[in-house]
Amino acid sequence: MAHAGALHDEDVMLPPPGREPGAGVYNEKLGMWVFLGSEVMFFTALIGTYIILRVAHPTAWKAPGVVLAVPITAINTFLLICSSVTMVKAFASVQDGNLSGLRKWLIATVLIGSTFVGVQVYEYRHLIEKGFVPSEGLYGSTFYTMTGFHGFHVTIGVICLIFVTWRAFQGRYSAKDYRGVEVIGLYWHFVDLVWIILFTIVYLI
Amino acid sequence: MATTIGHVDEVTLGGAEVHADTRSFVRKYVFSTDHKIIGIQFLIMSLIFLLLGGVLAMVIRWQLGFPKQPMPLGGVLPETMAPGGVVLPEFYNSLVTMHGTFMVFFAIMPLLVGVFGNYLIPLKIGAPDMAFPRINMASFWIAVPAGFLMLAGFFVEGGHAAAGWTSYAPLSERSDLSGVSMGQILWCISLIVLGLSSILGSFNYITTIINMRAPGMWWFRLPLSIWSLFVTAILVLLAMPILSGAIIMLLFDQTIGTHFFGPAQGGQPLLWQHLFWFFGHPEVYILILPAMGMASDIIANGARKPVFGYTSMVLAILGIGVLGWGVWGHHMFMSGMNPTLGTSFMISTMLIAVPSAIKVFNWLGTMWMGNIRFHVPMLHAIAFVSMFTIGGLSGIFMAATPVDIYIHDTYFIVAHLHYVLFGGSLFAIFAAVTFWYPKMFGRMMSPFWGRVHFFLTFIFYNLVFFPMHNLGLHGHMRRIYDPTQYDFLKPVQPINELISISAFLLFATQLIFATNFIVSWFKGAKAPENPWEDNGLEWTVPSPPPHGNFVSVPHVYRAPYEYSSPFVTEDFLPQNRELPEGVPSAAPHS
Repeated sequence: MAHAGALHDEDVMLPPPGREPGAGVYNEKLGMWVFLGSEVMFFTALIGTYIILRVAHPTAWKAPGVVLAVPITAINTFLLICSSVTMVKAFASVQDGNLSGLRKWLIATVLIGSTFVGVQVYEYRHLIEKGFVPSEGLYGSTFYTMTGFHGFHVTIGVICLIFVTWRAFQGRYSAKDYRGVEVIGLYWHFVDLVWIILFTIVYLI
Repeated sequence: MATTIGHVDEVTLGGAEVHADTRSFVRKYVFSTDHKIIGIQFLIMSLIFLLLGGVLAMVIRWQLGFPKQPMPLGGVLPETMAPGGVVLPEFYNSLVTMHGTFMVFFAIMPLLVGVFGNYLIPLKIGAPDMAFPRINMASFWIAVPAGFLMLAGFFVEGGHAAAGWTSYAPLSERSDLSGVSMGQILWCISLIVLGLSSILGSFNYITTIINMRAPGMWWFRLPLSIWSLFVTAILVLLAMPILSGAIIMLLFDQTIGTHFFGPAQGGQPLLWQHLFWFFGHPEVYILILPAMGMASDIIANGARKPVFGYTSMVLAILGIGVLGWGVWGHHMFMSGMNPTLGTSFMISTMLIAVPSAIKVFNWLGTMWMGNIRFHVPMLHAIAFVSMFTIGGLSGIFMAATPVDIYIHDTYFIVAHLHYVLFGGSLFAIFAAVTFWYPKMFGRMMSPFWGRVHFFLTFIFYNLVFFPMHNLGLHGHMRRIYDPTQYDFLKPVQPINELISISAFLLFATQLIFATNFIVSWFKGAKAPENPWEDNGLEWTVPSPPPHGNFVSVPHVYRAPYEYSSPFVTEDFLPQNRELPEGVPSAAPHS
């Protein structure tokens, strides 16, 4: 990083200096937005499959609440939405230069995110004990694939958040450079949004 | 400085590193974050897979030309594939499946997107490297294990995947139907891994092109190769995750007993086809758009004239990028489809021929009245235009549903897809490799052997693939193991023999290219900075360019195709050359 000396005067929260006007945001943020476009298509494939199969075979699905426990997942959904709030608080803190606030809110986000994954694992174990397994018709197939891949995304998000938190404790973020916090925040809100859709169509309808 | 997503340290000021490159050998050539090295790594990997895909094609051609006769050198294959050198039917199914898979996913796609996306984008837009060099490196080193996983399928019990490169369910998801279990699972896992590699590459390209263009490199001054790679990257970004999602469901059907595509429990085989082709048709344009873009650059260079209709070229690329999403159903006319829906897919398919035709006419307009330099890349580029046109026209045949019912799944389709994939993409790849080879390796390829390779390839290629149209119209099915077991195909067996012999000669011709490629790397004449007298920014730096590419950020004054400009004595005018005050930066025709 020795050769990056001249960069110290540049505002890293802006697009690369001395270039044609592009998206108007710094590379990492643009990259994450573009990457999320790819994620949208991935979940579109899963959700589209679900809709087509369910419309073709409505009887393969049980009424809401018969197999899947709605209350506990509703609480879990609420938790995940809360974690988006704590993520926003972490982001607002670092923007204000409040580094202890950043660390506090990041830890809160990691803890809530982990809890969400934990509850999902508990739910899976419970369902499998009851005999609701992935090979249980179209219902089991779609349920485990959709929620499983969402859970996988949350897990990846938690791992990245732990990394960001570790760097926050190292003092790598400041009011002048909080790219990592903002970029992981975008991902985290996206995963949250996907869950709200999944919760609605998998559990409530 | 750095964040979780990427590093700016190598990005913004690469020029400063030109004079002090102290990286270790491993950092420089193996786990390199330099886009040029990554491009060359992709080049070597995908040429190896191209060779492997070619070998598989030779075995296929042997079986079709000389069914059930012992294959020369066939004795090296184990009993489970070809006892005594005679190809088994089960192995034949694996051969056609893996020929398609390797060629599409591990040869043509990385050659176009992985190699030239990586190598050309930063150089041509005047950037020191990609926006995210480390993610770029990860993209290559994820593609390598994907390749090994795909290769491993040949060595597992039950043989490799045998359900065709399209892996139609339920044949692909049930081992009791195909006789293949582990091979198909490895096929799935490998493509999921490769999909991740492609997605990492594509969002990197998109970010780089949007945010890293040198000052003065306006959108409408971008070379057409970069425009086409940009739209291709968007298609990869949005299409690959669909394939990944579909393959994940297929994998779950095979391994944990889900029922997405198995009809017994309500799953839908047609759903697989829809998902596959919703990816697969944009994929077709992923395999041709970069070829079109690079051919445009090379044709303008060879014709010594500006590209005819630059703006319409860009709009055609964008039009293909949009329309390409609405034509996937034309692969499924015979799968059982509402005829009204079939008609709408027929119309959308014919519509997408319009931007392709615009491009063909623009290439002709570019060459028209030009003082053409027939260098080896130009020869390949002209072959690209003519062969792609044949492939495009035969595409119109099968876009028409009544005609498609007759020729569906015959050798007419095989002829069509090879005219666009070999005649189109691969000729453009040969053009691009021979054109940018001096920049990549700092040495010239032998023009004599380049010409020999070109003319022999062109002749044998047409002898292989043109007669396939006739075979298809005669009713020769696409994936049969032994044509001689059908009485109605016996009269056309001599055509099969002609195709096979031409195919062996075509393959042998490629060894000339391989030899020229390898020998020139060590013994070729030293390449000057700008051997083709081209206008692109990559030709304003040494061959090969240093780490960081540009000593200082180049300034761009004009579009990339100012050949035969009246304002300078040379017949080319690089994008970054500043002209004296009062002289327009570009001739009025652009």
